[in-house]
Amino acid sequence: MAADGGGVMTAEVAVLGAGMHPWGKWGRGFVEYGVKAARAALADAGVDWRDIGSIVGADTVRGGYPGYVAGATFAKALGWQGARVASVYAACASGAQAINTARAQILAGLADVVLVVGADAAPKGFFRPAGGDRPDDPDWLRFRVLGATNPTYFGLYARRRMAEHGDTPEDFARVKVKNAAMGALNPNARYRKRVTAEEVAASAVVADPLRLLDICATSDGGAALVLSSMEFARRHGAAEPVRIRAVSTVTPRYPNTVLDLPDIATDSAVGVEPGGETFRASIARAAYEEAGIGPEDLSLAEVYDLSTALELQWYEDLGLCGGGEAAKLLAEGVTAPGGRVPVNPSGGLASFGEAVPAQAIAQVCEVTWQLRGQAGDRQIPGARVAITANQGLFGHGSAVVAVR
Amino acid sequence: MSHTRTPVVTGWFVGDGDDFRLLGTRCSACRSVFFPREDTHCRNPGCGGGDLTEVPLSRQGRVWSYTDSRYRPPSPYVTDPELPWEPYALIAVELESERIVVLGQAVPGVTVADLAVGMEMEVVPGVLDEDAETTWTTWRWRPTGVA
Repeated sequence: MAADGGGVMTAEVAVLGAGMHPWGKWGRGFVEYGVKAARAALADAGVDWRDIGSIVGADTVRGGYPGYVAGATFAKALGWQGARVASVYAACASGAQAINTARAQILAGLADVVLVVGADAAPKGFFRPAGGDRPDDPDWLRFRVLGATNPTYFGLYARRRMAEHGDTPEDFARVKVKNAAMGALNPNARYRKRVTAEEVAASAVVADPLRLLDICATSDGGAALVLSSMEFARRHGAAEPVRIRAVSTVTPRYPNTVLDLPDIATDSAVGVEPGGETFRASIARAAYEEAGIGPEDLSLAEVYDLSTALELQWYEDLGLCGGGEAAKLLAEGVTAPGGRVPVNPSGGLASFGEAVPAQAIAQVCEVTWQLRGQAGDRQIPGARVAITANQGLFGHGSAVVAVR
Repeated sequence: MSHTRTPVVTGWFVGDGDDFRLLGTRCSACRSVFFPREDTHCRNPGCGGGDLTEVPLSRQGRVWSYTDSRYRPPSPYVTDPELPWEPYALIAVELESERIVVLGQAVPGVTVADLAVGMEMEVVPGVLDEDAETTWTTWRWRPTGVA
């Protein structure tokens, strides 16, 4: 287990506070969203900014790469107070890596209480690579040579599921209907209207077989967490805080035989036999092992539904069902509110759109509120154990297990 | 004025007509194949590292999956904004002997309606775009046996 990138149970850290700036297209700067979220998280925690020992920022994204500095930008905007600072970049997993950096500092005794912030102001339209001629950059190459936008990869995965498992566009649409119904109840979501299967089917095809309403938008937003040692939480009077029990940030294993963004080809499996576990499944397994739990223990999950079909894929990668059984699981209502393990009670990316460095933090905000019983109209009753899952470009991915 | 024909990426493919081939590299120690080519280090973590030599990839493979691009992709993809957008299919093709999946555009005229997972495809030369001096060449996937 030791060489597994996870596999060893670690001590817990407390989630003292969670805060968000609502998602949308607000047309303002990311610093404003991040500061709003940070102040909300600090207020929720009852911690003064000047008592924060460390701030970790998830980098904004410009052209697939780190954009502006994050940690120091937020620290300056909140008012310099001398805290230790770090900024991390891991594409869509940046937020989770920021959480993990904060956790590592706390568990190493470098800081008692840490503020984690992610925020972005997304450009309009497709994400695109940074400018200039960069033929050594796989992200630049896939646009230059193939015009392969992110949705075309989602289309490839969706079509593969249809061929392999018999999924249908109607199955995919059912994900959107479920998530939009939850997003309609979430004041932080960008899209707050219920959607019908007919509306999904009537929306324009973007990347066959996926339609506009199958694919998540790009959004502005900000999310923040105040994390602390369990000892600090006790001294602070938080007797039974939500605890983060695992953060998985594993990388793929060679040969990676799934065509991941932004690659033009998979690894060849001719020299080394593939291990039989996909990258996404390994992300979840590492989190389960570190937390000492399994999928049967989950009260709920927040997964990265960049497309409707990808949410179904996550059901299988999280072990909620066997391979190819996700559409059935959804149709039976297992992943809807009232089901055995509701997925994306926040409304998911379907209702938020993606604000890259904030998104994985937002997932943890949602499970924090769910585990505290503070999720209002979208509360999953009796939630005790939650997982978040996410995957981004360049071999990044994450899963966080939180308990109460 | 005559255009120079230049590959959009150097060293990824070679040849014309039936001799057209994608080019990868192969590790002399572990036999792993790489496309896009690796020329300095073998990426197999269990390999001590051998010489990487250029190797042509199989001409034919089977569709792993496919999709299309119904909206104009952003730069650096080159399109003429004066012309209406013509969607093209993207096909991921699995090469059996290399055990690798390679993405490419379909030849013009082949749409998602013509495709199915498992269908046999072959690699053919194509033109990606042209500017004042240069015709940028690329690879395309075409259903086998279709002229």
